[in-house]
Amino acid sequence: METIIFYILSFIIIVFSLLTVTTKKILRAAVYLLFVLGATAGIYFMFNYNFLAAVQLTVYAGGIVVLIIFSILLTHQINTNLDKINAKKIALGIISSGLGIFLVLSTLNNHLFVASNNQATDSSIHGIGRALLSYSDNGYILPFEVISVLLLAAMIGAIVIAKKEEA
Amino acid sequence: MIEGISIYYILTMSTIMFFIGAYGFLTRKNLITMLMSIELVLNAVNINFVAFNKYLYPENMQGHFFGMFIIGIAAAEAAVAIAIIINIYIMKLNDYFKEKNIDYCCSSRR
Repeated sequence: METIIFYILSFIIIVFSLLTVTTKKILRAAVYLLFVLGATAGIYFMFNYNFLAAVQLTVYAGGIVVLIIFSILLTHQINTNLDKINAKKIALGIISSGLGIFLVLSTLNNHLFVASNNQATDSSIHGIGRALLSYSDNGYILPFEVISVLLLAAMIGAIVIAKKEEA
Repeated sequence: MIEGISIYYILTMSTIMFFIGAYGFLTRKNLITMLMSIELVLNAVNINFVAFNKYLYPENMQGHFFGMFIIGIAAAEAAVAIAIIINIYIMKLNDYFKEKNIDYCCSSRR
């Protein structure tokens, strides 16, 4: 059962990623990206990481896609067709990314990953909150604080960049 | 780990997704679609983190937490990038780019 769900989810992810990078309408590309992010949240649900899947759905699918659609609307590109890309550029892109896929997959299949049978720690919201604010060995207080400063800096930077300059 | 699904399947899927994003970044001309390709790449990396965590080190949660931090960084990056894109668009409206005859943003035609 889980295998079938995994195949469906990866089919959705790969097909809609391809459509995102190849479609001619920009608004459609944003909607296809939404499907990709939703299917990724499904993969996290399969791993039993419920909180991460919820974060993925709210921040990515709810926040970033809406931000992208806003920017499309603000720059008046709703119904526009994207420029045709010349064949040389497409060929170069296909060759380089195909080479990359070939290299990574051949390395991957020559490496032996041994799946661990250790007991999984609880991925409940309770444990996650404790770990984020703990000072001990498995605590993540430092990256948590760093990322809060980063978010503040990004917020101030976005406001300063986007505000209109008064003469 | 999950019964019936090897880690190789998940890594193969995320590799393909990563290079589709790289292809989009190389071929697209519009800034917003390039941003979407970057989101695809970040998402593929995130799946890798979580898969390694789940299959190889299930007793720790490091991949899970760094996946969360990457999502936060992606949100910050998208906010700043979209502010820059809108600013470039306003400058283009002011004929700033027209006199220099270069086309950064919004190179699409009606």
